[in-house]
Amino acid sequence: MNQDILVAILATAITAGTPILFAALGEILAERAGVLNLGVEGMMLVGAVCGFICALQTANPWAGMFLAMLAGGLLALIHAFLTVTMKANQVVSGLALTMFGTGLSGYLGKSYVGTALPVPFENYTVPVLGNIPLLGPVFFQHDPMVYISYLLVPALWFLIFRTKAGLHMRAVGENPAAADSVGVNVFLTRYIYVIAGGMLTGIGGAYLSLNYVPSWMENMTAGRGWIAVALVIFATWNPVHALWGSYLFGGIDALGFRLQTLNVLVSPYFLKMLPYLLTIAVLILVTRRNMVNRIGSPRALGLPYDREER
Amino acid sequence: MSNKSWRLISVFILVLLISLAAAGCGGGGIDENKNEVEKLKVGFVYIGSVKDGGWSQAHDEGRQYLEKELPYVDASDYVENVPESPGDAERVITQLAEQGNKIIFTTSFGYMDPTINVAKNYPDVTFLHCSGYKTAENVGAYFGRMYQARYLSGLVAGKATVSNIIGYVAAMPIPEVIRGINAFTLGVKKVNPEAKVKVVWTNTWIDPSAAKRAAEALLDAGADVITQHQDSPAPQQAAQAAGKLGIGYNSDMSKAAPKAVMTSPIWNWGPYYVETVKAIKEGTWDSTPKCASLTYWGGLEDGVVGLAPFGPMVPDEVKQLVEQEKQRIISGAWDVFTGPIKDQKGEVRIADGKRMTDEEMLNMNWFVEGVEGTIPAPK
Repeated sequence: MNQDILVAILATAITAGTPILFAALGEILAERAGVLNLGVEGMMLVGAVCGFICALQTANPWAGMFLAMLAGGLLALIHAFLTVTMKANQVVSGLALTMFGTGLSGYLGKSYVGTALPVPFENYTVPVLGNIPLLGPVFFQHDPMVYISYLLVPALWFLIFRTKAGLHMRAVGENPAAADSVGVNVFLTRYIYVIAGGMLTGIGGAYLSLNYVPSWMENMTAGRGWIAVALVIFATWNPVHALWGSYLFGGIDALGFRLQTLNVLVSPYFLKMLPYLLTIAVLILVTRRNMVNRIGSPRALGLPYDREER
Repeated sequence: MSNKSWRLISVFILVLLISLAAAGCGGGGIDENKNEVEKLKVGFVYIGSVKDGGWSQAHDEGRQYLEKELPYVDASDYVENVPESPGDAERVITQLAEQGNKIIFTTSFGYMDPTINVAKNYPDVTFLHCSGYKTAENVGAYFGRMYQARYLSGLVAGKATVSNIIGYVAAMPIPEVIRGINAFTLGVKKVNPEAKVKVVWTNTWIDPSAAKRAAEALLDAGADVITQHQDSPAPQQAAQAAGKLGIGYNSDMSKAAPKAVMTSPIWNWGPYYVETVKAIKEGTWDSTPKCASLTYWGGLEDGVVGLAPFGPMVPDEVKQLVEQEKQRIISGAWDVFTGPIKDQKGEVRIADGKRMTDEEMLNMNWFVEGVEGTIPAPK
């Protein structure tokens, strides 16, 4: 009995962590290339609403996911244009993007609020792996998007740390002038990773509206985008660490109601507060100067690159 | 172009984005009314969307019924997704009054104080607040005896459960919700004394994500029937995904989860809205509380509450039992909260044969025997 509950909590931690994971992976790509994008929350919301509307109209959740990806990428393109080409302040542009995304998604989704999605993703048990006691039900009895996120983590890790393209990405994030001098196209690289990051973030948002809930509600991300931004620092810009971090945040999310069924009396408001408290703590901790150097944040993060200002 | 003008352009684009976002946030749902003929304007304030498949949709169906039945009524002003915070609610209610609505229905518990406050400024407008306990000269309080329908649905759930654990996704720990949980549990216990009703609080009326997670937590704890005091059908979807059964609430929720939903206690506001608007127009209406603190508290006999059609999984024997109990309540010979009723500790709270008064029912703050869960202490 108790083991069942533990398995259920862990399994929910994974589904609750998956939208945060997608968004965090997207943000890692952008930040590794030196562009801080604080528009994650807005891109998630727009992804969530576009994905939901599309899935509802086409009765196909994959089509919804695809449109969410495009929508996220499109918003990220705005950010890339403003910060890379126009060299605008990345913090300001990101914040504007979040406000824009929040408003836009609320506007687009107005007539869809609360409508239930008739065609959510089905859960699929992985053969063999899904039957391992304990690990099977926790990790391998989920929907396809969770499995995609499993594959994405090692793939992105390999891309960032083991390929030439990844080396260029990191070089652009660390020292764009040096990268430029050896022939790496700084602007193109930044554009690519900001947009790719936006696409992943859009998927993260759509995971909420197409699977985790599944329905659309205004502001349904409820700060998960900000959690993802904090998580990137927490994970020291490493996809593998982001995986565990997401599940930790997801676990807190999952715990709340289960404690009630076990008759543990913790204020639900306290539990709701926990992820944000943790986020603040992490942000305070890692933004101390010496800490930043130790954990190796991309050195050019947040700085626009201007060839003429060398 | 020089560096500076690029910067200017980007600042301009940012400002544009922000103002667009602000426009997106502020887009109101109120239509301009250009009717030439002088009609009686009736306004509605909803906490959710009219397509929420639940609470607000039920009220909106009542609004549409009102417009259809009374040709002299113009009920085209309604506002969706209005937060219960005093700032938002008072602003919207005031706006409706300013737009010339002579009768305004505010349809969520949290609108009570905002309604009372705004009503002071508009003595010639009649306000009707759903589910609260405060009235004024021009403010009536109305509600339905949902507990009667809850009791009937409890009979269905009690017959259906195999694990003898029924999960109840509850919203706020207020008398309305507690009364529903108790009535449901009494129905369950009548047909299945072994069964327990497990309660989880979400502290929100409408948050599909929270409602679904709460239902999943209950399913994990062994529940095989899920019922709810939530506006969205998310708990029913969770029950269906787990291959379990459920009982909806507010509107017929079988559309959202046809394999799970056995029935739903539902609201049918239309006839009440018609009667009330008529009475106000003819000057025969007054806000005096008639059932304890409520101006109107109708039950099964008025049809303001009832059960949605049964799903195919409900056996005929259960349907007959429900019908029989329904007639017993309608005849007035018996009501749900008639003793002997024990509380969670096993103490008799209502003596044998004694009926709870409306006053007692409206202030219910304890769970009957058979409910597993605690009522959070009031702050």
